[in-house]
Amino acid sequence: MSKSAEVLQQPSVAVPEKTEEMIDKKTSRYQAGSEKAWLRYLWPVAALVLLLVVNLFIDSSFFHLTFQDDRFYGSLIDILNRAAPVALLAIGMSLVIATGGIDLSVGAVMAIAGAACANLLLVPDLSVFTVVIIGLLVGILAGCVNGGLVAYLGIQPIVATLLLMVAGRGIAQLINQGQIVTFQSPGFAAIGTGQWLGLPMPIWIVIAMLIATQLLLRKTALGLFIEAVGCNAKASRYMGINDKSIKLFVYAVAGLCAALAGMISAADIQGSDANNAGLWLELDAILAVVIGGAALTGGRFSLILSIVGALIIQTLATTIIVSGLPAKFNLLIKAVVILLVLLLQSELFRNQLKALFSFFKNVSSSEKGSAK
Amino acid sequence: MISRRFLPLWITASLLVLMFAFGATQFEGFASVRVVTNLFRDNAFLLITALGMTLVIISGGIDLSVGSVIALSGVIAGLLITQYGWHPLAAFALLVPLGTLFGAGMGVMIHVYKLQPFIVTLAGMFLARGLATTLSEESIAIDHPFYDAVADFGIALPDNGWLDASALLFIFIFILIAVMMHFSRFGTNVYALGGNAQSAKLMGINVGRSTIAIYAMSSALATIAGIVFSFYTFSGYALGGIGVELDAIAAVVIGGTLLTGGSGYVLGTVLGVFLMGVIQTYITFDGTLSSWWTKIVIGLLLFFFIILQKVLNGRTASHG
Repeated sequence: MSKSAEVLQQPSVAVPEKTEEMIDKKTSRYQAGSEKAWLRYLWPVAALVLLLVVNLFIDSSFFHLTFQDDRFYGSLIDILNRAAPVALLAIGMSLVIATGGIDLSVGAVMAIAGAACANLLLVPDLSVFTVVIIGLLVGILAGCVNGGLVAYLGIQPIVATLLLMVAGRGIAQLINQGQIVTFQSPGFAAIGTGQWLGLPMPIWIVIAMLIATQLLLRKTALGLFIEAVGCNAKASRYMGINDKSIKLFVYAVAGLCAALAGMISAADIQGSDANNAGLWLELDAILAVVIGGAALTGGRFSLILSIVGALIIQTLATTIIVSGLPAKFNLLIKAVVILLVLLLQSELFRNQLKALFSFFKNVSSSEKGSAK
Repeated sequence: MISRRFLPLWITASLLVLMFAFGATQFEGFASVRVVTNLFRDNAFLLITALGMTLVIISGGIDLSVGSVIALSGVIAGLLITQYGWHPLAAFALLVPLGTLFGAGMGVMIHVYKLQPFIVTLAGMFLARGLATTLSEESIAIDHPFYDAVADFGIALPDNGWLDASALLFIFIFILIAVMMHFSRFGTNVYALGGNAQSAKLMGINVGRSTIAIYAMSSALATIAGIVFSFYTFSGYALGGIGVELDAIAAVVIGGTLLTGGSGYVLGTVLGVFLMGVIQTYITFDGTLSSWWTKIVIGLLLFFFIILQKVLNGRTASHG
């Protein structure tokens, strides 16, 4: 498969050394909790720090925080706040991807939940609390539809969730009767624009969701089960794990997260726009998870790193705005960054890079030698 | 006796006929050559894109970049023609190889670096859309005598029917691809790849070359679709073609191609596009139904076909 490329790329370097190194790397990846585990955190976090430093160079007041009207203001808070919907989606998406699946419908589910809440808020005598609960249930229901198709009918995740991705926006428009439904509800709007202890509400929602999910995964065996299903669903079934209900569960969580994100974005504009709510956010969420180093084939994931991925995506967008580059470059730069991240995750590409570096090292050292 | 292999194809065809007949009983003028030729005209770019998508999906992959490639090729065509004074044909002669290279690049990333098609073509989608918006955020109106000439070209059919240039181009490409898929070594390779890439390799198929060729073709067809789209709208626009990849994938599934790869027919995809087109036409004729019903009905259709494939596959698996 990659033989020809390897031969092309590494003509003269010592071959046995390379292969030993590769074997070493492969085994270390499978040693859970090995000393090198922290390395996983290195690259995404380093990328985020690098981006933040770049921002500091562009705008010296980047890290500056001001406290006004019981709330912190500043670029950092802004990034956290704006990244909240994608971060929420990324939490759910991490779990789904960990089982080897993918959820394309989260953007549409955001629109459905937003539309449901907006219309319920127009019903008199319905408390905001009830509306929020119903909104969350709508998300869980949508997730269960996805999960049911994947787990119990054995349909490929891309196809199963494509259904709601296509039909979901239609359903949201049906709920809204094709209109943009606006509402006046200070209580509900607080989900998007409110604040608590000086931080905007969306940030708190993400933190709460992250802690709740992390506790659920790590204080119970659930996290282990999810990883087992992602590594090999059949093997985990023989081990006595109910892989079907695990799959149903992760899609339900993804739906719940999508509903929360949908409510934040609806509360933000105090209305529901079925066409644009959460548009393309499923792609950002998948990217966030991939940037966080999760394997799309399942089995390996980290919620924290997925959130770091979401923050990287948002910081990148902010950097482009802060640097004065026109916003139209946003997508292009994002694409180039994604391509780099993807390539860096490929073993072959890293080896090619290494071979290239050692080639230049050899060249420069031989030049030095000849100079002497 | 209908072979099980062709059952999804027959069901799509029957549904298409049923939908059309239902429309004909509901509305006067629905069953006319004009409506049929309009289906060709309005969907020519989607049809061409979906042909490429069929190849990719039969080979077991997916291409999410096609909508953006349509937009990018429209924008580049618009810029070359209006700003740089190129003749449209010269612009197309540059565009199609460029688009092919773009797809080949994605194919290389998928094959050589062992990355998932889904995520690679997602990056390709962002890249093409990003390039398009960087080149021009505004819609570029294309005003050129050649475009007018092509717009006037076509074959008149009775009953106000009109097969325009884009419809003729689609028919030409369709015949080409259908022949290629069913009568050439390459076509067999595509099916083999989707059936089982491992065995395909053991059988001596050059997996790398086939993979790269498949994605190159998909992008080339999307580029051509972008050119057709620019004739349809007389403009190039960076936000054009949004969601076309989804429509194309939906058409492929409705056309009976397995999304796991290895089985399917280009003719099915064409029927799938027409089925979606007839639903759209029905909703337009009705006037009281809103456009969101299209999405919901297509979603239901997708659901139906996915379950159908599941049932058929389950049976063949248990019998074989």
